[in-house]
Amino acid sequence: MLVWSRPGRMLIWAVFALLFGVLFLAPLAVILLSSLAEQWNGVLPSGLTIEHYSNVVRGAAWNAVNASLITGFLASALALVSGTWAALALRVQDATLARVLGVLFFIPSAVPSVSVGLGLLVAFSHPPLLLNGTIAIVMVAHFVLISAFTFGNVSAGLARLSPDFEQVASSLGARPAYRLWHVTLPLLAPYLVAAFGLSFALSMGELGATVMVYPPGWVTLPVSIFSLTDRGDVFAGAALTMVLVAVTLVLLLGLERVAGRQTRS
Amino acid sequence: MAEAAVLPASPALRRVPGRFWIVPPAALLALLFFYPLVLIVQQAFLDDSGMANVAEFARVLHARFFLNALLNTITISVAATAGCLIVGLVLGLILAFVPFPGSGVIARLIDTFIALPTFLVTLAFTFLYGSAGMLNAGLMEVFSLRAPPVDFLYSTWGVVLAEVTVYSPFVLRPLLAAFSLVDRGQIEAASVLGARPFRIVRQVILPAAVPALIAGGSLCLLLTVNEFGIVLFIGAKGVITLPLLIYSKAIQESAYQVACIIAVINIALSLGLFGLYRFAAGRMGM
Repeated sequence: MLVWSRPGRMLIWAVFALLFGVLFLAPLAVILLSSLAEQWNGVLPSGLTIEHYSNVVRGAAWNAVNASLITGFLASALALVSGTWAALALRVQDATLARVLGVLFFIPSAVPSVSVGLGLLVAFSHPPLLLNGTIAIVMVAHFVLISAFTFGNVSAGLARLSPDFEQVASSLGARPAYRLWHVTLPLLAPYLVAAFGLSFALSMGELGATVMVYPPGWVTLPVSIFSLTDRGDVFAGAALTMVLVAVTLVLLLGLERVAGRQTRS
Repeated sequence: MAEAAVLPASPALRRVPGRFWIVPPAALLALLFFYPLVLIVQQAFLDDSGMANVAEFARVLHARFFLNALLNTITISVAATAGCLIVGLVLGLILAFVPFPGSGVIARLIDTFIALPTFLVTLAFTFLYGSAGMLNAGLMEVFSLRAPPVDFLYSTWGVVLAEVTVYSPFVLRPLLAAFSLVDRGQIEAASVLGARPFRIVRQVILPAAVPALIAGGSLCLLLTVNEFGIVLFIGAKGVITLPLLIYSKAIQESAYQVACIIAVINIALSLGLFGLYRFAAGRMGM
């Protein structure tokens, strides 16, 4: 405790409440309120309605939810496999090469997402590698952008893993494939689950690369929210944003619980 | 000597199984990320006939729209990072050293913001501070004004405030990790000896927090230079940044070479900041 006097503490907590309220609480609260608003011309909405939410489960909005979930699932699954694979394979390289490759696997997270989309457009708009105009190019863009995060999470997990278990398994005669499947991967499982949750969440909110490459029939949630608000349909946009927030939180918290249970057992 | 033969060889000679397993993920990344990146650079410096041509590159470099966007990007990034450092430091100091019931939950809640889409905050800001937003409506009602008095949202400062909200958790996270290592006994001793809180912060806590501030701050610089959603959603005509310029040149004007030239500069800037971040994070032992 840094401040001992009661008035001093109260003052400091008031500063905290103000900062937290203005910066973090107010935005979330106001999105929630506007997603329920009928009309909003004064300080508060003139009436509340769930109409914007009931519109979500049909038509274009529902397609956007679907597109985002499918894209997020496939891109995260691929990123999980490739990130785990890369992190495991890096362990047997010599130190210098491992360090250089490690940085290379991280670089996609440092490049602006719009440029990742631009690169895909430039590279894959001609046969034989024609992806432009297909759903696959959206998956690829998401995969590239989140692969660095899965790689980072799994690498961090591997670094914390005690090598004893694997060495014991080896000395008992376990073959590398058996050791990987029955020792290393189960030990890594909490990190894998967390990595999958984070990359799914990042994919759900991805806008910069998607807006560059998406084909007409595959509009993700963020793109759909942007076109709604750009058209002035802000309440529908707010409702879709709440759906996006809810899905993201359920994914993160749900998978965190799964990961926690695995660590305890 | 016969025994030496059964001992494991020196590490350098040891047969390393599976060194080539790195090839599939590396090849996938090379094809989907580095190959497109090379093509962007190539398009930026080659003309249609495939000859090297830096004239177009030089023209864009001197064009007013580019210089404006570059200036905007750097101004926004530096201002937002400064804001993130201040907000992160204030929140972190309170959460770590003047905790209140439930401060742990609040810290985790702020941390969750990292996973939420950045444009959420912009959308919320239009409801809060927009010309027909809550703040303006309230002020107009109370003071019976005819025009909305608060008008910063559709400017550089609107973007900066939104980015401070979105990115200060990236400063808070390493900061709380660093604060958890500060010896509480040292603070209590200083406090008992009559040091005022401000002096304890300056002389005991801040020195321990410097590496975390540098790491968090350089990450904020990188992320704010690359930020796209916030700027797109504010949609102010005067606030164009490099990522937004790439988008509008490529998608709205189909000027791919110009987009590639701007992308090369943006990527170079980002990679420089990435290097700075890795250096800072490495020093912090992250």
